[in-house]
Amino acid sequence: MVETSAALEPADRAREADAPHSLVVRFGADKPLKLDAGVDLSPFQIAYQTYGTLNPERSNAVLVCHALTGDQHVASIHPVTQKPGWWETMVGAGRPIDTERYFIICANVIGGCMGSSGPASINPKTGKPWGLDFPVITVRDMVRAQAMLLDHLGIGTLFAVAGGSLGGMQVLQWAVSYPQRVFAALPIAAATRHSAQNIAFHEVGRQAVMADPDWRQGRYFAEGTNPRRGLAVARMGAHITYLSDAALHRKFGRRFQDRDNPTFSFDADFQVESYLRHQGITFVERFDANSYLYLTRAMDYFDIGADFDGVLANAFKDTPTRFCVISFTSDWLFPTSDSRAIVHALNAGRARVSFAEIATDKGHDAFLLDEPELFAIVRGFLEGAAKARGFEVTHR
Amino acid sequence: MLKRLKQDLTMAEAARLPGGARVDLLLVAEMVERGARVLDVGCGDGELLRLLAETRGVDGRGIELSREGVNEGVAKGLAVIQGDADTDLADYPDDAFDYVILSQTLQATRQPRVVLEHMLRIGRHAIVSFPNFGHWRIRLQVGIAGHMPQTDNLPYSWWDTPNIHFCTIRDFRHLCDVAGARIERAVALNAWGRALRFNAPWWFWNLMGEQAVFLLSRQDGRAG
Repeated sequence: MVETSAALEPADRAREADAPHSLVVRFGADKPLKLDAGVDLSPFQIAYQTYGTLNPERSNAVLVCHALTGDQHVASIHPVTQKPGWWETMVGAGRPIDTERYFIICANVIGGCMGSSGPASINPKTGKPWGLDFPVITVRDMVRAQAMLLDHLGIGTLFAVAGGSLGGMQVLQWAVSYPQRVFAALPIAAATRHSAQNIAFHEVGRQAVMADPDWRQGRYFAEGTNPRRGLAVARMGAHITYLSDAALHRKFGRRFQDRDNPTFSFDADFQVESYLRHQGITFVERFDANSYLYLTRAMDYFDIGADFDGVLANAFKDTPTRFCVISFTSDWLFPTSDSRAIVHALNAGRARVSFAEIATDKGHDAFLLDEPELFAIVRGFLEGAAKARGFEVTHR
Repeated sequence: MLKRLKQDLTMAEAARLPGGARVDLLLVAEMVERGARVLDVGCGDGELLRLLAETRGVDGRGIELSREGVNEGVAKGLAVIQGDADTDLADYPDDAFDYVILSQTLQATRQPRVVLEHMLRIGRHAIVSFPNFGHWRIRLQVGIAGHMPQTDNLPYSWWDTPNIHFCTIRDFRHLCDVAGARIERAVALNAWGRALRFNAPWWFWNLMGEQAVFLLSRQDGRAG
């Protein structure tokens, strides 16, 4: 993990953090973001992308919530990596979340590093990057900020909110915080609380970042360093949790990388090692180490039931929102049992809920991959919801 | 001789109307008030839920054990969840639905009595349809031919059948008594999917009815 990449320096990311290649809305001192930590974030900004057209009734808006390391570039070229959007299989013309029917919004989460206020952004009080002075944020804060974005866009009710993993947590929080503003909710590979095991994995990742001497107590921008190795190790560890034993075996087995025999050294002899190192290196190019700390922390703090005295069903009592909960058989990070707990609570709250478990060996990441059954279910659920909402349903 | 008997047993096709809907499902649908809140336990691919939505305008939900059935239903836009009648009904609050339907599933549950009691708790009404094990053909197969019955409607061998709790119409009436269910309406269908004469005695239904549909409510009078 000592290889370095010539591609992008912290300065490139820093620019993206303040002046993103996307739409951005700035909220002034009159509109502070009230954080769960008990402080106001003000001024602050939200970077977002939109796709499709808002109808005259303003009733066809779909909010897509991104996962831990995602961003607002759902279905457009990523300005830093130049790669296609992270959910182009799901969002686009003729896709299940159809840009020809819906107005799709995706905002970078608060605490992120792609243009919404976060630790890599400039602290207006000091003129320097926030670093660890940025307040700790929660999933509820992310959703609160998104609601302010929707107010700004003049959108009262969302036709749907959809997302996987941390995105799915935001979907659930939306339904709890603003039930009247969410017609349909699609939490995918999500949970109503982060498990002890998942907090443990996150802690390992954060410790890897903070153990890197280049982290400099979070002040690496000022000191001209970048905790590349720490963040790459964090990503490597996390990446394993997004896959499955079966998927790793199918893709790599015990095969050697560009060699026929072991080198009797600590080079990346195995394909799986080489793959993980690549994942680590490419991640560091596009992501801010402090953002990684903040966003993993937000996930750790997530526990909807705790906000309702431990009775999860009360969170969804008589909710008007219709839900489609989806899990994957090989996802051991957010296993089906987590989704089933959501469904039980929704049933107890008399919600209208669909729940499908999709058979795949691709693990947690399956929600981002080519899973025809996932697409069919999302499409069918949205079409049913559109019919109930009174949209014209077009059959292809 | 046995072969002829088996051919004779064909009812599945006769019980499907030209439009394609199953007679027993139409009968169930007819028992449901318009616009009601309905839970279909063991909903398969959602055929009944669809029928209810289209013909009765109900707000329908479904539970289905098989992943394929669920995913097919959800992709059709139905509110279906993967779940088990024996374990998952406990999560639902009292009086959450106007009707809880158990269509051709009772015989596959591990605890039919517990399931029925939950149905009566969750719903103001329960509708149960089941194959009648007292039908003369089945009696013939067990009593004369001396083997476990197999029909087009119940095609499984005894060793791989999901149906572990068969009952007769008479047996089901006994369960209703034990579980505190009031029988509001009962219909038996013959092999051709026609309802038997309304005024026929129970023993006749139990012998001639190939399947039965019961509309139930709670005996304590809490039902609306």
